[in-house]
Amino acid sequence: MSATMDTESTYSGYSHYSGHSKKAHRQGRDRHKSPRSKDGSRSEKSVTIQTPPAEPLLGNDASRAEEGQDDNWGETTTAITGTSEHSISQEDIARISKDLEDSVGLDCKRYLGLTVAAVLGLLVFLTPIAFILLPQILWRDDLEPCGTVCEGLFISVAFKLLILLIGTWALFFRQPKADIPRVFVFRALLLVLIFLFVFSYWLFYGVRILDSKDTNYQGIVQYAVSLVDALLFIHYLAIVLLELRQLQPMFTVKVVRSTDGESRYYSLGHLSIQRAALVVLENYYRDFTVYNPALLTASKSRAAKHMAGLKVYNVDGPGNNASGQSRAMIAAAARRRDSSHNELYYEEADHERRVKKRRARLVVAVEEAFTHIKRLQAEEQQKAPGEMMDPREAAQAIFPSMARALQKYLRTTRQQQYHSMESILQHLSFCITNNMTPKAFLERYLNPGPTLQYDRDRWFSKQWTLVSEEAVTSGLQDGIVFVLKCLDFSLVVNVKKIPFIKLSEEFIDPKSHKFVLRLQSETSV
Amino acid sequence: PRLSSFVSFSSQQRIEIHKLRQGDNLILGFSIGGGIDQDPAQNPFSEDKTDKGIYVTRVTEGGPAEVAGLQIGDKIMQVNGWDMTMVTHDQARKRLTKRNEEVVRLLVTRQSLQKAVQQTMMS
Repeated sequence: MSATMDTESTYSGYSHYSGHSKKAHRQGRDRHKSPRSKDGSRSEKSVTIQTPPAEPLLGNDASRAEEGQDDNWGETTTAITGTSEHSISQEDIARISKDLEDSVGLDCKRYLGLTVAAVLGLLVFLTPIAFILLPQILWRDDLEPCGTVCEGLFISVAFKLLILLIGTWALFFRQPKADIPRVFVFRALLLVLIFLFVFSYWLFYGVRILDSKDTNYQGIVQYAVSLVDALLFIHYLAIVLLELRQLQPMFTVKVVRSTDGESRYYSLGHLSIQRAALVVLENYYRDFTVYNPALLTASKSRAAKHMAGLKVYNVDGPGNNASGQSRAMIAAAARRRDSSHNELYYEEADHERRVKKRRARLVVAVEEAFTHIKRLQAEEQQKAPGEMMDPREAAQAIFPSMARALQKYLRTTRQQQYHSMESILQHLSFCITNNMTPKAFLERYLNPGPTLQYDRDRWFSKQWTLVSEEAVTSGLQDGIVFVLKCLDFSLVVNVKKIPFIKLSEEFIDPKSHKFVLRLQSETSV
Repeated sequence: PRLSSFVSFSSQQRIEIHKLRQGDNLILGFSIGGGIDQDPAQNPFSEDKTDKGIYVTRVTEGGPAEVAGLQIGDKIMQVNGWDMTMVTHDQARKRLTKRNEEVVRLLVTRQSLQKAVQQTMMS
């Protein structure tokens, strides 16, 4: 953990009503080695995982179990140095995410927060009704008769409460889509405001009306109406703070993926860092191409070869000057005349050629396969002598003719782990059903798409860590950098303010668009 | 040492051109430029760049104009008595190419440079 990471917090894919962030922060992170990486020949790299904060009573058991397994795990796996400590294979990711789903502790916090808010809401909603009903119940006989004015006020109270109910339902009753580390400041502010407000109204009511048994019923009803009006205004404040304020774009953020440098720009308004992180992640799954570790192996092997041939011998004595050694290595490596750039160029050219060839074969194979399928029109049913198949059968029938070409192409572009045979068949029958051309069918395989396109359970990272120097509830400002880490890679987010634009006008008189033709002709006579 | 300076002055010439018949046309053998509807700044021959007069821009070799003594850069002041200092380019062309005239008498102004040699006393 470097010194710059002052604030670190985690959030998982669960919904979480954020009333209890302090408790979450007190529990530190557990670092433990994966017990499952000893099976499977795929896990050759050393593994370190960060788990979310678990409940204390679960944590003790887990750490004790790992101690026993740690020793065996160390013997049976081989570690490749030079790669990152945090690299992990895909199967492990799938297994770990399942483990996270099994943990129970986070649900309690979420439900507690929800129930508190629900109780408060119900209380607030019933208060005006209580204000109106209590005098009727307690001292009905003393009350002054209140004619049409009161009835009018009853109707207005009823409708305002209905509007408030619908508005609250529209604004607040939504599936929470993410679990954020710190409390959502504006929501907490609004809850506190509502609570104080209603409390003060009850206090006033209790002292001035209940104790003194006020007989002016019209005044009491008007008091209730004023409460409902004020609640509607608080609802308006909630809309402005929670929804409207961030709509106007004030900042441009640049998001760069650390493994391959793919970057995008987004416009954001006034948001806190945690909410901005949420927006970035939602857009990440839609805009960035899927993370493919197989594409990164080439550069890693090049980097390993670059420094591999040099060894440092310390001739002068036992002094172990580590920084001096590394500097000497770097200087020697720089001076060494290596032709790795040549290799890279020819390798890439060769790869391009191969990919293009395979792609051509694939396109031809798919086009031929599709010509065998003809859509059956209703009136031609009697004429067509061929078999009638549903899309799935048709897909299975033509799949073998293109399977080989497709598989070869996927292998060359290193996409084979993203497409299983079942998914290809499904996609094929989908395309046949919707009468798509071969090109439309191939679009999915020729270009790597965003993560959303692939099987959600496998490729969505449920666990993200927000790393930031500033407090995550503080607002975005120019020059802030924060990092969103998941297990395989991280997204570095750089915030820049949209500059203040000075727009001035210049009026052009339409008469200035008149021109004079200046000729100089020469005529021979 | 010899100091030589040039003095320029303009002289008026009367030039009589006999038109040459070429097929169906009578040609004079020179080209004109300028006119009140033209851009005087582009005239390479005028001394005053606001002068919108008619100038001789080219003289064909061996043509009637050259034979009559017309030179390139001459400003045409009159053609057969008609004034040419305030005419449009097309009017000038028409006045020079009248079909029933065989002879045109031009009054032209020519810029001449004369070398005046001065000897200074060396002692």
